[in-house]
Amino acid sequence: MTDFTMLTDAAGVATITWDVPGRSMNVLTLEGAEQLRRLFETALEDRAVRGIVITSGKDSFAGGMDLSVLATMQAEGPEATFEGIMAMHRLLRLIERAGMDPKTLKGGKAVAAALPGTALGIGLELPLACHRIFAADRPDAKIGLPEIQVGLFPGAGGTTRLVRKLGVMGASPFLLQGKLSDPKAAQAAGLIDAVVADPLAAARDWVLQAAEGDLVKPWDARGYKVPGGAPYSPQGFPTFVGANAMIAGQTWGAYPAPKALLSAVYEGLMVPFDTALKIEARWFTHVLMDPSASAMIRSLFLDKEALEKGANRPALPEARVRQLGVLGAGMMGAGIALVAARAGIAVTLIDQDQGAADKGKAYTQAYLEKGVKLGKTSEAQMQEVLDRITATTDYAALSQADLVIEAVFEDPKVKAEVTARACAVLGPEATFASNTSTLPISELARASTDPARFIGIHFFSPVEKMALVEIIRGKDTGDAAVARALDFVRQIRKTPIVVNDARFFYANRCIIPYLNEGARMVTEGISPALVEHAARMLGFPVGPLQLIDETSITLALKIAGATKAAMGAAYPADLAAVDALMERMAGEGRLGRKAGAGFYDYDARGKRQGLWSGLVPEGKGRPDPDLHEVQHRLMFVQVLEAVRALEEGVLLDVREGDVGAILGWGFAPWSGGPFSWLDLLGTPFAAETCDRLEAAHGPRFACPALLREKARRGGRFRTAMAEAAA
Amino acid sequence: MTEAYIYDALRSPRGRGRPDGALHEVTAVALGSQMLDAILARSDLPGNGIEDVIWGNATQAFEQGGCLARTTVLASDLDESVPGLSINRFCASGLEAVNLAANQIRGGAGEAYIAGGIECMSRVAMGSDGAAVAVDPTVAMAHHFVPQGISADLIATKFGFSRADVDGYAVASQQRAAQAWAEGRFDRSVIPVTDINGLTILDHDEAMRPGTDMAALGALRPAFQDIGEAMPGFDRVALLKYPGLERIAHVHHAGNSSGIVDGAAAMLIGSKAFGEAHGLTPRARIRATARIGSDPTIMLTGPVPATERVLKAAGMAIGDIDLFEVNEAFSSVVLRFMQAFDVDHGRVNVCGGAIAMGHPLGASGAIILGTLLDELERSGKSTGLATLCVASGMGAATIIERL
Repeated sequence: MTDFTMLTDAAGVATITWDVPGRSMNVLTLEGAEQLRRLFETALEDRAVRGIVITSGKDSFAGGMDLSVLATMQAEGPEATFEGIMAMHRLLRLIERAGMDPKTLKGGKAVAAALPGTALGIGLELPLACHRIFAADRPDAKIGLPEIQVGLFPGAGGTTRLVRKLGVMGASPFLLQGKLSDPKAAQAAGLIDAVVADPLAAARDWVLQAAEGDLVKPWDARGYKVPGGAPYSPQGFPTFVGANAMIAGQTWGAYPAPKALLSAVYEGLMVPFDTALKIEARWFTHVLMDPSASAMIRSLFLDKEALEKGANRPALPEARVRQLGVLGAGMMGAGIALVAARAGIAVTLIDQDQGAADKGKAYTQAYLEKGVKLGKTSEAQMQEVLDRITATTDYAALSQADLVIEAVFEDPKVKAEVTARACAVLGPEATFASNTSTLPISELARASTDPARFIGIHFFSPVEKMALVEIIRGKDTGDAAVARALDFVRQIRKTPIVVNDARFFYANRCIIPYLNEGARMVTEGISPALVEHAARMLGFPVGPLQLIDETSITLALKIAGATKAAMGAAYPADLAAVDALMERMAGEGRLGRKAGAGFYDYDARGKRQGLWSGLVPEGKGRPDPDLHEVQHRLMFVQVLEAVRALEEGVLLDVREGDVGAILGWGFAPWSGGPFSWLDLLGTPFAAETCDRLEAAHGPRFACPALLREKARRGGRFRTAMAEAAA
Repeated sequence: MTEAYIYDALRSPRGRGRPDGALHEVTAVALGSQMLDAILARSDLPGNGIEDVIWGNATQAFEQGGCLARTTVLASDLDESVPGLSINRFCASGLEAVNLAANQIRGGAGEAYIAGGIECMSRVAMGSDGAAVAVDPTVAMAHHFVPQGISADLIATKFGFSRADVDGYAVASQQRAAQAWAEGRFDRSVIPVTDINGLTILDHDEAMRPGTDMAALGALRPAFQDIGEAMPGFDRVALLKYPGLERIAHVHHAGNSSGIVDGAAAMLIGSKAFGEAHGLTPRARIRATARIGSDPTIMLTGPVPATERVLKAAGMAIGDIDLFEVNEAFSSVVLRFMQAFDVDHGRVNVCGGAIAMGHPLGASGAIILGTLLDELERSGKSTGLATLCVASGMGAATIIERL
């Protein structure tokens, strides 16, 4: 395959065009890199070539490295990885020097990058090695280095070059948060040099007129000093002291990549540029060899993409949604209407009275107005989206709907009523979905005229922010309904998992025990601060006690009541203490954040103050357990539910279990998800830990047969990253 | 085994560690060599009468860099045949110098040493020599580095010292220091610093604020709250190590922390034979020495394990010690020491300490040991223990017995 081609024009400009066949966006393979190297060397040797432009044949520049390259490197081990990275450094350094004498800084040919659109990862690292970067004026294009979000950091010189270009403070949002910018913002930040209508023409003009000094990178010039100061300069020292604290604080110490990134930066700034690249390669290799990085890449990139592309979609014709009905214009209904309308779908938003329906539509308006204020949305775009939403009380308006989602009050009677009313007007091909988070789909389906077309589509709150959608297949749900739900989720650009119908489905089934375990530890006299910090240090976005406050103690009691009613005598005895605590809190009016008091105290504006001092009985008289004990309890109580869901056939695909956990409730993203985490621990150790926890804390930690079986054979739940990438 | 004895102990007055401090005009070499010369003169020793000079110094950069000990020897009346060794155990450097000298003598490596330390904090800024522990992520992040003030506040939080507790301790330090000066308890040890013409530059501890009361201290803002809670957020780093605490209570400020000052101190340490050869009478025996490492995040709790270790080395119990000198880096450090051993404030830092008189980092260990010796002699008591907390989680301790 030819990924790169070169054409030299009469003026002496060699244009190297990157255009990977059969892909909508360029990604770099080792073969591609080799082609680029050969073409570049040819251009350097060719006396007729005065300047070189690197561009793309697509409407974007490049999406990054081909992940299978990383997967292969990872599988081959540290030596091969380091050598592979160093080869990439040599290529980019060849481009950066472009024939210049490194001692005299004389000679060399001008090299410019022309970016027609999005440039991510290596798609920006390659331009950063050029002498000038021109980007097309396209607000929809994204420019940046998102590697940190999948557990890596920019390892093809992006880290070393960007820090030397912008200084530690300037580069940190791009390296540490993976911040992406549109071309104008990228130019303002100093990531690229110019935003123009025709970047290719501008790049050609520039290479023909570039002066010798234009080709010397600041870090190759004599007397270079990094902006903001090196680690042991008076200016730089406090920056580095602070950077360590900020990274530790922001990540709660849970992720390996930001630490490695900072080490590469710190060590790199004390040595010459080429040595710094070598150090960057060593740290990148170190991170790629960290099991957390492979787990994150696998779950957050490979698996997520596979699920979004319909990995578990029944093989039926495309069933896109053109018209959507939403029943109930409360917070969830309004959010669903918003994301659907933004995706170009016509929405009928129905509520009991016009005022409530209008209020639901106003949610979209308020959301879009924020975008207009920030300059991200135009007035015209806002109007276009709003025009797609019809707020009404009239069920007849649903007659043309392809899909109806009910998001009314969590009461089977209310749900049955709206289901019947909608089914009365729906066409024979239409799908009816419930957004219930707790009620069994198969039972709700009874109110439908056709249970085969009845399905669960469980959104998470807030809908516009949460990436996961849990699709629940009821007992009688047909494949067509599943295909329709998956196509809809794809339209609104979220990530789906498909699970079978069982109490609390998948996500809530795992979250509820997490909340209960947190509360239970408080009842045991463990410091609430330790419980909350232990969760944050595992990478959870909020601790269990804070999460209970957010979702309210009222809901916790309601769930406990419903579960008790459903389970009868089988209701776990070890929940009694938790239920008693919740009742005590409810009795004192501490119903959660909205009530202004819960596990935490809140100020008048609802801002969290500190943990409630009445939570721990005076003189509890026993020292806190080890941090790891608390963390194991919080992790296993969720993870074992995931394993049981898999055993019971509620969950059908471990990929969905991992991706769903991270996107659905923020399960320790560094671990790659519950199943990846068990593999990280090693299943034999995981099973032993279950036994120990069961003995100490009760049967909820009993090792499921599936885990026991894996442990016996030293087996894994997940395949290696290289297989996932293949 | 040869025993090691203290024959003499002296120190400079401590000048405010700012450009308007009296000792700001005095170089580290001049300040240090005056201490060495005073030792030689007071004991009437020849220039080659000792084996080595061991000099503690925490910030070994600029004029304090390049082996200040050797430079100071060359600037003093000592012979060039005496070499000079600069050491760094941060705040315990001065005590560590004495301990090293004593243990060299006990091990048979020479008969006499001058040991002590110096810190010209107004001239060579703390931290200006760099410190990988604070910036290298492989250490700083892995071991949860926080600045000392955060550690001091962490001690107060973890061991339950309120703002009133730490302020109350500081008021007592000021009162005791003022009384000690008024009664002339430092007269034997303090050597006025002079200029090249012999004119006195400073003859008293300049940083004391004898009138300090609870109301005055209560008006001061906590010094470490901003770096703890806002930028860059060191509290979170500390809580990663101490997750059972909900938050750090910020109670320390300039008034209940040690003062930044310029100062130096020196001791003459020798064997029994040395004293006999030069007609000198030993003042105290160095009974035991100890050094320990501890958690670098809470950092300043080292005096507790260092004391346990030195007591064990001496075969003694806490009740065998008559007087303690525990360096007043921060109020909470001393409060924690007294809490851990249940010792009465009446036996600890009876002449005040670094909160009142200042803490010239590399010199303080030798200063407090000298103060301890003076006070044992004045009060007729026999056994004393000096200990200091040390940056990066270390500690040092020494037990002396008056003869």
